Amino acid sequence: MTDIQLNYHDGTSDNRNVIDEEVPFPEGKLIVSRTDAKGVITHCNQAFVDISAFSESEIIGKPHHLLRHPDMPAAAFKDLWETIESKSKWNGYVKNLRKDGKYYWVYAVVVPNIRKGKVVGYASVRRKPSRTKIDECTELYKTMLAQENEQ
Amino acid sequence: MTYRMTVSPDFSPDFIAGWYIFNTWLQNQLSEAIHLELFDSFDDQRKEIQEDKIDLIFANPYDASTLIRDKGFIAVAAPSGKADEAVICVGTDSDISCVEDLKENCNVSMADDPEVNTIGMIMLEPADLNKGNVNISELSNYVMVAKSLINQQSDVGFFLKESYDNMSKFIKSQIRPIIASEISVITHSFLVGPQLINRVDDIRKLLNDMHNLEKGPGVLASLGFEHWVNQEQEDAEFMIDLMDTLIT
Ligand SMILES: Cc1cc2nc3c(=O)[nH]c(=O)nc-3n(C[C@H](O)[C@H](O)[C@H](O)COP(=O)(O)O)c2cc1C
Repeated sequence: MTDIQLNYHDGTSDNRNVIDEEVPFPEGKLIVSRTDAKGVITHCNQAFVDISAFSESEIIGKPHHLLRHPDMPAAAFKDLWETIESKSKWNGYVKNLRKDGKYYWVYAVVVPNIRKGKVVGYASVRRKPSRTKIDECTELYKTMLAQENEQ
Repeated sequence: MTYRMTVSPDFSPDFIAGWYIFNTWLQNQLSEAIHLELFDSFDDQRKEIQEDKIDLIFANPYDASTLIRDKGFIAVAAPSGKADEAVICVGTDSDISCVEDLKENCNVSMADDPEVNTIGMIMLEPADLNKGNVNISELSNYVMVAKSLINQQSDVGFFLKESYDNMSKFIKSQIRPIIASEISVITHSFLVGPQLINRVDDIRKLLNDMHNLEKGPGVLASLGFEHWVNQEQEDAEFMIDLMDTLIT
């Protein structure tokens, strides 16, 4: 177990345990969460609570960087935010950090909730990725992260 | 004038009579003339929706998207405990015990049921399978899907959970579920069209109270559920956003 300092986009940071142990995606389920227009989580389903190992009250009111894993390159999230802020759908593979330091992989689709032409929030629905895709992304993200660290 | 009501063609044939009974009940409660028109195919029904010939509809989540976003329909209620879930089955003797055992070019059978097929294909993704690398046979109903598994014409079949649950013991003894969805937020809903906009509040109140009203429980029983749950427009909008993530 290692304690790692994670620096977030909003200037805050956190010390988190990171353990190299994967937790399987719940079979047949979708992991769903919803935010306001600023990205603050307003709702999540039981599958989100169960897989993240946080309690609902630790999730609601927080940004999604609660789940940010240090193995994820910043470029992935930059692309996510640029896409959804331009009112488009984003999809990609994400390695997420649990409260206990373990990780789980998801295939995530994030959509803006557009009402009367305005973005009122965002929603993410995650589903089970294939092992092939996880292996591909593990390699890809390692390379991207190494490049980011050089800069 | 006479308004027109319809029901998504994926409802179980067991409930045809129930929808006629419901229509009579609703006409009496609202003192409006309503004609119930049932369609065999999604295409025929969608054509009428496009031509603005429908005023009330028990819609599947796919069509709800067009109805709400393009046609100005308002969501009022959803059936309780009836989320649309999918089950993937194999024949009892099959070697396949989980989705990951399935290989490219396997034979997948399904009925003409858009959400079930979307959810089913999503459940195949962990095996790197998609519409482009499996052989799909679209059959006319779920009994045919079960038969294709029993006759070993297909490797896996998609079922609406409710239809799977209602299959005969004989059929169920010859097929085996390998995975079932537990999505719980995707459901059919009752929508009211623009011509009845001034009755939306009345219809919402009626349906949400239906189980307490005279004859209500009996009519509900004939539709196969116990009560309606209120569905606000935002609930339906959010469900449409979720559906949108599933077709990516
Ligand atoms: C609806 C929605 C869902 C998100 N889901 C996740 C997620 O599951 N995991 C994650 O690390 N980031 C997720 N993000 C991105 C985070 O907001 C954030 O950009 C990311 O964790 C990186 O943190 P940082 O931008 O503060 O550096 C999501 C964003 C939105 C709008």
